[in-house]
Amino acid sequence: MKQTPRIASLPPAFGSWRDIRPLVAVVSARYRTLLQYRAAAFAGFATQLFWGAIRLMILAAFFAAATEPQPMNLTEVVAYVWLGQALLGMLPWNVDADFRQQIRDGTVAYDLLRPLDLYSYWYGRTLGFRVAAPTLRGIPMVLFAMVLLPLAGLGDWALIPPASAVAFAGFVGSLVLAAMLATAVTLLAHISLLWTISGVGVDRILTVLVTIFSGLVVPLPLFPDWLQPFLNWQPFRGLADVPYRIYSGNIPPAEIVPELVFILVWTVALVLLGRLILLRGVRRMVVQGG
Amino acid sequence: MPQIEVRGLAKTFRVAERLPGLAGAFRGLFHRRMRDVHALDGIDFDIERGELVGYIGPNGAGKSTTIKILAGILNPTSGTCRVDGLTPWRDRRRHVSRIGVVFGQRTQLWWDLPVIESFDLLRDIYRVPPATYRDNRDRLIALMDLEPLLDVPVRQLSLGQRMRSDLAAALLHGPSLLFLDEPTIGLDAVSKLAIRDFVRELNRDRQVTVLLTTHDMDDIEALCDRVMVIGNGRILADGSVDGLRRRVRNERVLVVDYDSASEAAMLAAEGEGVRLVERDASRVRIAFDPERLPAATLIGKLLAQGTPHDLFIEHPPIEQTVAELYAEHDMRER
Amino acid sequence: MNAAALLLRYLSISLRGQLQYRASFLMAALGNLLNCLIELAGIWVLFDRFGTLSGWSFAEVAMFCGAVNATYAIGELLATGFDQFGTLYVKTGDFDRLLLRPRSTVLQLAGHELSLRRLGRLLPGLVIVGAAWAALEIPLEADRVGLLAFAMAGGVAFFFALMVLQATMCFWTTESLELMNILTYGGVETASYPLPIYHRLFRRFFTFVVPLACIGYFPIVAVLGVDDPLGTSPMFQAAAPLAGFAFLGVAMGVWQLGVRRYTSTGS
Repeated sequence: MKQTPRIASLPPAFGSWRDIRPLVAVVSARYRTLLQYRAAAFAGFATQLFWGAIRLMILAAFFAAATEPQPMNLTEVVAYVWLGQALLGMLPWNVDADFRQQIRDGTVAYDLLRPLDLYSYWYGRTLGFRVAAPTLRGIPMVLFAMVLLPLAGLGDWALIPPASAVAFAGFVGSLVLAAMLATAVTLLAHISLLWTISGVGVDRILTVLVTIFSGLVVPLPLFPDWLQPFLNWQPFRGLADVPYRIYSGNIPPAEIVPELVFILVWTVALVLLGRLILLRGVRRMVVQGG
Repeated sequence: MPQIEVRGLAKTFRVAERLPGLAGAFRGLFHRRMRDVHALDGIDFDIERGELVGYIGPNGAGKSTTIKILAGILNPTSGTCRVDGLTPWRDRRRHVSRIGVVFGQRTQLWWDLPVIESFDLLRDIYRVPPATYRDNRDRLIALMDLEPLLDVPVRQLSLGQRMRSDLAAALLHGPSLLFLDEPTIGLDAVSKLAIRDFVRELNRDRQVTVLLTTHDMDDIEALCDRVMVIGNGRILADGSVDGLRRRVRNERVLVVDYDSASEAAMLAAEGEGVRLVERDASRVRIAFDPERLPAATLIGKLLAQGTPHDLFIEHPPIEQTVAELYAEHDMRER
Repeated sequence: MNAAALLLRYLSISLRGQLQYRASFLMAALGNLLNCLIELAGIWVLFDRFGTLSGWSFAEVAMFCGAVNATYAIGELLATGFDQFGTLYVKTGDFDRLLLRPRSTVLQLAGHELSLRRLGRLLPGLVIVGAAWAALEIPLEADRVGLLAFAMAGGVAFFFALMVLQATMCFWTTESLELMNILTYGGVETASYPLPIYHRLFRRFFTFVVPLACIGYFPIVAVLGVDDPLGTSPMFQAAAPLAGFAFLGVAMGVWQLGVRRYTSTGS
């Protein structure tokens, strides 16, 4: 099967606007699948709460000893942690198990038969995978952290409201871009599975890179100052660090637009990279017969 | 005493109803309606040692449920079942060491291992004494012609080769009872024949009792003296294959091929005990009752009307027989 | 063939199987290794910025972190079959196949796979323990080393039990629940830091309900030879890992309940 590489236009992942309909179908199917598993939905929520609490206790214990002002104050760190828990599923830290299975049993070949641009189709599937769970989980998590915690007398540990209307708008914008970036990264991991027989491989390394460089392990501003220049340029901070800090006002309004452009540029670059690699992957799959 | 004795076996599953669409899925998150499904609705049968019994019915009729209960991996809701004096699900581990089970769609071999190593591992799992194991293994390898496959990893086998290996694997510990669930599904014609020959020999020479479920009625006709039909969780018929046919409707189909559609169109096929089933281009299919109108007489009549290019008699597919059996059964229910 | 010998046979087969997929295995092992190092790096980053954690030094916290990672790795190594139980056995119905064999399901699942990639967490964990031991200049005495080994044995039982419990949940729901990640990955993370920094409720939970601190914090405090700010006695600290084995016993009982449920619902 011959695939013509397409140069990305906006939105970068789609070959053409016609490809949007199957995309909608795929995303909706994803939600329905997820909703069937209610136990998992509740369990996932509890998991995120737990992680959030542990992280906060650790960070607060460190902050308790702080004598000088830090690049982030504890309130901003608390917001960072809760948003991270609410939106965890959006981070490209794992691959879609269904996809992995498809590679393993070779049924991925069917996707080549669909009358769609393969990259766009997979981008849609992956977007569904990335976005479905966090929207179901994120909203209750935010409500919990913002409303219930103060009511329970734990106001110090609560998620503060966005720093300003501008910050909120910037946050929403950056979140949309972060979702697109996360999808592009996940898709790179998906495509990499084409090269390993058992479908386990690069994704493991990706998990590691994403968790540390997005700010999930430790908020990026708390890293040593000499590492900051590097941290500021790598793509993964667009996934979490940038949106969360825009939200809490740690990134001031004047810097919001350049940060959005930053995420967008990385997204386009990774989409192009993904297309390039997929092209080789498909060629390989066709030659070897899956 | 029969080897398998089943009395009043019933199994009810509770399943959650899924509401359609995204909105339905959301509602399902908080409230779920449950529904009882009667997979088995009180069935009785005996199987004697050395019998080869076919067990048929549409998907969802209760075939797998029965097999799973008999194999000891599912508890019934009510009823009793004794296999060689054991209640399968109460004494599962002892019971399964005496039976062999093959699921056509799944392999019990280790995907990445050569066939022979899977066999060796099964020897250890089943604690087969070395001498018995050697005997059984060598006999099965010879019978199923597995020699060339022994060093091949299972993932590289064709479906037919895998099924042969799977059958052998299920018999290494010398079970006296074998459950075969769709053993010929998806196989090519040659492999199907090999499997059937093997099962027949196993049953005849070793007196292994076999319970076979299948959708392929050729399997049933080729192998089984006795067939049980299940539908909606009940045994609808139990007896010989011919008896089953006669019981429903004693009808055969004569297929007549002509050289041209115009010749076919001219054939008149009405009369006592005869019914036109379909007329399709140059082919005509006529149903007749051999007790009222012998095949020879019917053919004589046809030849008088023209010269067919070919003609042959079909049994009505058992599927059809079974379908009619269900219809009849539903009628009686009302 | 007895159970132990059969388990060894299963495991040797699994090893050969993995060597067929060498590239995947190496990548996965590397991923695990990095994961472990990243946890340590996260701790280091915070110490670099803040200097101290309520009086605990970086080397002390590294000891907690290294020990729990190594322990977890061994537990996970032995329980791979349980870890993947939902997707590999329940969803596919392949659990039937295990039930059709005249051996215990726990044995068959433990033998499912000896996942070598878990070594990627074990090795750095042990190295971190060794380095922290040296940095803290703890005397190399038999009772300290013995207690650490005992704590790790209890910890292996504990994490194995967690995996069994996680697998058991698959009998009730077909989607693998992240809930147990709280206790597995979350447990590793939690136990990487000294217990006193956590809220009282968490401390009680991880001591009396899910005895994570009994196989991590308490015995390691004794190994470090420091006074426990929580005031526990050295006697208690040394005996605490027994809780890991008790926990395994409970998990086995729950597993049997799960199997019973499976055989009555068939799913």
